[in-house]
Amino acid sequence: MRDTQSTKLLSELSRPGRRGAKIGPLDVPAVNIREKIPAYALADAPLPLPELSELDVVRHFTNLSTLNMSVDSHFYPLGSCTMKYNPKRNERLASLPGLLALHPYQPEESLQGMLRALWELQGMLAEIAGLHAVSLQPAAGAQGELTALLVAAAYFKDRNEDRTNVLVPTSAHGTNPASAAMAGFKAIGIESDREGMIDLNDLDRKLDEKTAVLMITNPNTLGLFEHQICEVAKRVHDAGGLLYLDGANMNAILGIARPGDFGADMMHYNPHKTFSGPHGGGGPGAGPIAVREMLEPYLPTPRVVKRGETYSLDWKKPKTIGRVRSFFGNVGILIRAYAYILSHGGEGLADVSRYAVLNANYLLAKLRDVLPVPFSKGCLHEFVGSASELKSERGISAMDLAKRLLDYGFHAPTVYFPLTVKEAVMIEPTETESRETLDAFADAMRTILSEPVELVQSAPHSSSVNRPDEVRAAKEQHLAWSDLSVTASKESIGPVSPSVASAGERA
Amino acid sequence: MSYLPHTLDDLRIMLATIGVKDIESLFSEIPEDCRLRRPLDIAGPLDEISLTAHMEMLASGTISTSQAACFLGGGAYDHFVPAVVDHLASRGEFYTSYTPYQAEASQGNLQVYFEYQSLIANLTGMEVSNMSLYDGGSAAAEAVLMSLSVSSKRRVVISSTVHPEYREVVKTYCANLGVEIVTVPSNNGVVDPQELQKIVDGDTACVLLQQPNFFGSIERLEELTSIAHAAGAIVAVSVDPVSLGILKRPGDCGVDLVIAEGQCLGNHLAYGGPYLGILACRESFLRRMPGRLAGQTTDRRGNRCWVLTLQTREQHIRREKATSNVCTNQGLLALRSAIHLAVLGPEGLREVAESCLAKAAYAKQRLTATARLTSAFDSAFFKEFVVRDACGAPGSLVADLLDAGYLAGVPLGQWYPELDDCLLVAVTEKRTRTQIDGLAAAVDFISTSKVSHARHAVHEASV
Repeated sequence: MRDTQSTKLLSELSRPGRRGAKIGPLDVPAVNIREKIPAYALADAPLPLPELSELDVVRHFTNLSTLNMSVDSHFYPLGSCTMKYNPKRNERLASLPGLLALHPYQPEESLQGMLRALWELQGMLAEIAGLHAVSLQPAAGAQGELTALLVAAAYFKDRNEDRTNVLVPTSAHGTNPASAAMAGFKAIGIESDREGMIDLNDLDRKLDEKTAVLMITNPNTLGLFEHQICEVAKRVHDAGGLLYLDGANMNAILGIARPGDFGADMMHYNPHKTFSGPHGGGGPGAGPIAVREMLEPYLPTPRVVKRGETYSLDWKKPKTIGRVRSFFGNVGILIRAYAYILSHGGEGLADVSRYAVLNANYLLAKLRDVLPVPFSKGCLHEFVGSASELKSERGISAMDLAKRLLDYGFHAPTVYFPLTVKEAVMIEPTETESRETLDAFADAMRTILSEPVELVQSAPHSSSVNRPDEVRAAKEQHLAWSDLSVTASKESIGPVSPSVASAGERA
Repeated sequence: MSYLPHTLDDLRIMLATIGVKDIESLFSEIPEDCRLRRPLDIAGPLDEISLTAHMEMLASGTISTSQAACFLGGGAYDHFVPAVVDHLASRGEFYTSYTPYQAEASQGNLQVYFEYQSLIANLTGMEVSNMSLYDGGSAAAEAVLMSLSVSSKRRVVISSTVHPEYREVVKTYCANLGVEIVTVPSNNGVVDPQELQKIVDGDTACVLLQQPNFFGSIERLEELTSIAHAAGAIVAVSVDPVSLGILKRPGDCGVDLVIAEGQCLGNHLAYGGPYLGILACRESFLRRMPGRLAGQTTDRRGNRCWVLTLQTREQHIRREKATSNVCTNQGLLALRSAIHLAVLGPEGLREVAESCLAKAAYAKQRLTATARLTSAFDSAFFKEFVVRDACGAPGSLVADLLDAGYLAGVPLGQWYPELDDCLLVAVTEKRTRTQIDGLAAAVDFISTSKVSHARHAVHEASV
C-alpha cells in the first residue's frame, strides 16, 4: 500500500506556478522594492525552490514519516541514547502559547512564569547532580561538555595554573575527546582494565600537573558503575585536576547515586535522553551543566535568579566564559524536562532508574547465553554484547544482526560502540518497555541466530531499502538534488502591490 | 508511576529470571559511600491533571506574542508558522525517532535531511548544506572554526554589525585557541568598505559579516566580499533566510560560507530555542564541514536511497581530530524548515519578504513621525530598523508600551553603549496596519502622559 508517487523528491514533484501557502493582500501602502533596496543587494532571479500544493506537501511528508522507525511505533533499544517513551502531555504543555510564543528579548516582567519554571529546573538539576549551580544554556550534550571544559579552562587560568591535558577513557563517547580539542586541550586516552573499568595504573601514569580534567562516563558505556569512582576522584583531585561526568547515562542512577557525592566537579545532562524530551530524528536536545561552587563564577550568562518573589536574568558575572549560543537555551526541551521531573517527583525519578536497570538486567538474563557479554555478570541501564564469536564462527556480524532485527519490527541496538568491545551490540531497553516487548525482542534475537546465515547477512528483507552503498555515497558526494525537474518560470521581481496574492494565483 | 508498565506479576517473574530477590540487589555494584540514601528533594509526583494546571498557571504568568503585538527581532522573529508545519512535525514517526544510524529504519528522515540540504543550498546559492547545527550563534562559531582550519591562519575579522550574541559565541569558542579577533566599526548602521579594507590583511583567516545586519540594514555584501577575498580571507556571512525572498543570495555575492538562524523558517519563538543553525558552504570546504550530512546512493537492489555520509569527519569516528564535537543537532527543526519552505515555495517566500519590507517601511515612517522617536540610520533596511528615543529612555518606553499591549523593540544599549537611546524594531508579515498605527499612537500617548514620566524616572533609577 505504499504511495511511491508522493515520496519522490520535492524537486521532482514541483510544477511551475503551483502554490501552497499564500500571503494575503497588503494592508499598508505598497512600496517599490527598487527604491527600498539598492540594486547591488537585490536578487536578479527567482529562487530555485520547488513549487507544490499544500496537499503535495502533506502527502509527501506523511508518507516519508512511515519509512521511519520511532519510539511511538517500535521498540528502539538504541544503546546510550535512552529511547524511552516521550509523554504526550509534555508536548501539549510545552506548546501552551504562554510558554511557546515568547520572544527571547521580551522584558522580564512579561516572562515571570517561564523564568520561574527555568529557575526551578536549575534547582532540580542541581539536586539530582548533588552539585551547586546549573547553567541551562548549552544546546546539546556535546555543547555541555565543551561549555564545562571552557569553564574548567577559565578556572585554571584564573588560578594561574597551566593545565593543558584532558584525560578521556578510550571507551568514552567520541564527543569527549572532540570537545576537549575544541576547548583548546590535548585529549589523552586512558585504557580500560580487564573488568571494563578505568585502569587505575594507566590513570596514574597520565595524571600530572598538566592534567586539567578527567572526563568520565558513569555508569560507563558498558553499562557498569565505575566502582572505584571515589578513588579515581581522589587521585584526580590530588593531582589538582577536576572530574567531569558525562551524564549520558544518568537514567541508571537518578536518586540512586549523585555525581557530586561520588566526586564529580561538573557534569552535563542530556534531557532528551534522561528526561524524555523526544529525540526529533537527531535533535533538538539540550545540554545543561551542573558544577561545584568554586566553578560557578565561570558559568555562561545569563542564569535565572530569584529575588523576593521576582525572577530575573543575572548577567553580572565578571568571570563568565561568555555565551556558547545565542539566546537563553533550548527552552522547549528544558520545559519538557521540567514537566517530566514534576510528573515523577523525587521518589518517582528513583523508580525510573530502578525499572530501567531491571529491564536491562532482564534482557541480559534472557540473552547472555546466545550473545556473550564480555565484561559483566549484571549491568545497570544497558549492556554491551559482542557478536565477535558469531562473526568468526558463522560470519554473522553485529551489523547483520542489527539489520535482521529490523525485519522483526525492532529498531537495531547501537552497534560498533563502544570501541573497546569487538562487534559491539549495545542494548538499552529503558524503563518504559513492558515484559512482553522485552520477551519478544529476546525471542527475535534467538530466532535470528538459528536462521540460515545468508538470510541474516542479506537482511533487512522487509524494509523499503536494503543495505545502502555507503562507499558510493561517500565517493559521489551527492548531497543535494541537482536541479528542479522542471525549470521554474517566474516574472521578475516588481513592486509590491495589494494584488500580490491574486498575482500568485495565476496558475 | 504513569509510564512504568510493570505489574507485580511482571516484577516477580523478571526478578526470578535475573535471579535476584529485589531490584535493590541490581545496584549492589555501587559502593555504599556513593549511594544516596534519601529521596531526592524534588516536588511531585503530579498527575496529568495537576501537572496541566501547574503548567497553565506558569503560562498565565507570561505575556505571549499571541497577547501582545510583537515588534521584537534581533535574530528571532514572529513570522507566521503554517498549521501544516506543526501538524506534520508532530507525527510520532518523526519526533520520536533518532539520528538515522540505521539507514533502512530511517529512510523518511534521511530523505527529509537530503531535501533540507537541497533547499538550503538552493536558497543560499551554495553548493552544500549540512543537516543542521544548534542555532545561528554556534553556527557562526563553527564557520569561524572551519575557516581557521582551512586557512591555518589565526586572525578573525568580525563586523560590529553582526549579531552581538553571535560575536560573543565566536569569542567564547575561540577563547583558548590562540585566535585574534578584530572588530570592524560601522558607519550609519553599515560596514564602511574602506574600514574593512584597512583591517583585513594577509593573516586574516576569515571575515564574518551579516546581511541584513543586526540593525536590519543592507550591507554592500558583494563589495565587502571582494575586499576580503583580495586579502586572501574566507568570507562567512550570516543571513536572514526570509530576506532571500528578495535579496541577492549570498552564494551569488561570492561568499564562501553561509550561516543563518533558521528559526524564521517555520519554527516557534519558544523563548530562544530550540532553534536551527544553518551552515552551507562551497564544495571545496566540504571536508572541514562540521555536523551530519545525508547523501544519496543506491541499495543492493539498485533503489535510490539515502545514508549518513562522510562520517569520517565526525567525532564518533575521528574523536579529537573531528571537525567538531557536534553530535545531536536540530533534526526536527530542519524538518520543520523543509516543510515550511516546501509549502511557501519561491513565490510564497517572496510574498513574505515583500510583505515584511512594506510593513517595516510603513512602521518606520509611522514611528519616526511620533514626537519621541527619530530614525537612527538612513541606510536601506529590510524588516528591521533602529529608532532613537528623544527622551533617552528606551527601557521605560518599552515597559510602558508593554502595559499598552505591545512588545515594542529591543533596547540596544546592552550591546552598543553609543546606542543606549535606541531601539531595534522588527516588523514581520504578521503585523497589521492596525497594530502598527496602534504602536505609534501608544508612543505618542506615553510621551505626553505625566504618569509615564514619573514611572520612567523610577525605572531609569532602578536600572
